[in-house]
Amino acid sequence: MSAPLALPEEFEDLAQFEDWALETWRERYEKRLASTVDEMQALYDAITPRIEEILSYCDRHDLADLPDDVRNLMYLLFSLCEASLPVEVWRQPRVPDSGAADLTMVAEPRL
Amino acid sequence: MPHFPKPAEGSWTQHYPGLGTGPISYRDSFDPDYWQQEIDSIFTKEWLCVGRVEQLARVGSYFTKEFEWANRSLVIVKDQGETIRAFHNICRHRGNKLVWHDYPGEETSGYCRQFSCKYHAWRYALDGSLVFVQQEEEFFDLDKENLALVGVACDVWEGFIFVNLDPQPSQTLTEALGDLATGLAGYPYGEMTQRYSVASKINSNWKLFIDAFVEFYHAPVLHQQQSTSEEGQKLAAVGFEGLHYELFSPHSMVSSWGGMSPPADPRMVKPMENFLRSGLFGPWDKPAVVNNNENLPPLVNPSGHRAWGIDSFLLWPNFMILIWETGWYLTYTYWPDSPSSHTFESSLYFVPPETSSQRLAQEYAFSVFKEFALQDANTLEATQSMIETGVVDTFVLNDQEVLCRHHHAAAREQVAAGQRPDSYPWMPAEVSA
Repeated sequence: MSAPLALPEEFEDLAQFEDWALETWRERYEKRLASTVDEMQALYDAITPRIEEILSYCDRHDLADLPDDVRNLMYLLFSLCEASLPVEVWRQPRVPDSGAADLTMVAEPRL
Repeated sequence: MPHFPKPAEGSWTQHYPGLGTGPISYRDSFDPDYWQQEIDSIFTKEWLCVGRVEQLARVGSYFTKEFEWANRSLVIVKDQGETIRAFHNICRHRGNKLVWHDYPGEETSGYCRQFSCKYHAWRYALDGSLVFVQQEEEFFDLDKENLALVGVACDVWEGFIFVNLDPQPSQTLTEALGDLATGLAGYPYGEMTQRYSVASKINSNWKLFIDAFVEFYHAPVLHQQQSTSEEGQKLAAVGFEGLHYELFSPHSMVSSWGGMSPPADPRMVKPMENFLRSGLFGPWDKPAVVNNNENLPPLVNPSGHRAWGIDSFLLWPNFMILIWETGWYLTYTYWPDSPSSHTFESSLYFVPPETSSQRLAQEYAFSVFKEFALQDANTLEATQSMIETGVVDTFVLNDQEVLCRHHHAAAREQVAAGQRPDSYPWMPAEVSA
């Protein structure tokens, strides 16, 4: 069995969402499309009540040199950005009426 | 009664009498012959933006650009003298594509000291000169001086790299940009280097997607659900009116309100927007570099309205720059792959974040933006398929769609300049833009 996702001690309980600690937008988008709204709601409900605490924790570290556990936490937050529209607005994984439309990421900032 | 003042003529459209107010045909958006004329009269004659100087960070940095619609491949590079140059991507020996990786048809980027052909190892310096020929003594009367890479006109404005496929462009880049060359200059584009770029193949003519982005009349309707339900209903009931429209023909601009950052009442926006202080209009907290928008370029926010949110400029023929009140910018480029399809490229540019919170605010702005883009893209496919049926041949446009009317007219005018008058009987006689 692999080690659980490295996260800051205060937020270790979020390791249950380790599948969402994904480095690229494309991976996060595909994870979103492959998930149910209930699964995304669980991620949303686990993070949003503590988001101020999480953000101020992350902000105490130099963004240019994040330790691995904080970087993992940031990946979960990026996934929350991706999952929040299905949770707050669409109530479905896909953008409604988006049909076959898709986007290729040509360049994105990396942590 | 308009919420915002219109010109003395009573409408933005009538302010430009050459545009007319009648219905227009969209046969210009699927007729294959007309599309070819657009390629020949517009896309192979005009300056086309292919990227930013930040993509070529150091001497030897390069990227390729595939223009399948013109059967051209270009390589753009920063040479030893730090000049940005463009070349046709073809080896002078036997015509192999010079720069590619794995798949010859795919765009690539990287860094090199010289370009070396994969086929027989001919090498070219970054300024295009031929510097090495394998077994040179085996050739006959080889004149290396005359076997440099074939150059393509290339120039840079405000850090945006433009090329022109015309071997002898009729205008310089500055001349072609006209009033926009100085009117949009001076924005801190070069400080906004944190870039998200996406591309998408869209099953619609290139002009139809521009139509969707030079009017905001559709926004309260198509994107209603993206607002909170109360706010969405309010917006849909009011509809949309631009603050200002202006033609710098063939270029154009629309200025829009959108002072929702931060919103007057937090209940107007989604919970995530409040958590991250960000949304479609970008992160709410402006970067210091925009100096609270006190030094905006002369053509930005022309009405000086306090509710100003965004200006959207169409740089003819296929490039748009959107400058947001919140202190970032967005670009759109539309490449005409076929009469009924195009490649849409979009880039979001932010000041590099200093904190994790700032980084997340940008990530969320991108997340929301791309939801809109996906909705727009698919709607356009639905439009394309129906106008192609020809069941209806003329369509009405309102005053908030004045720029749709204009850019179709500008294309018609440029195409018609080289045509017999009866070539396109469905064109309105009056095409003056």
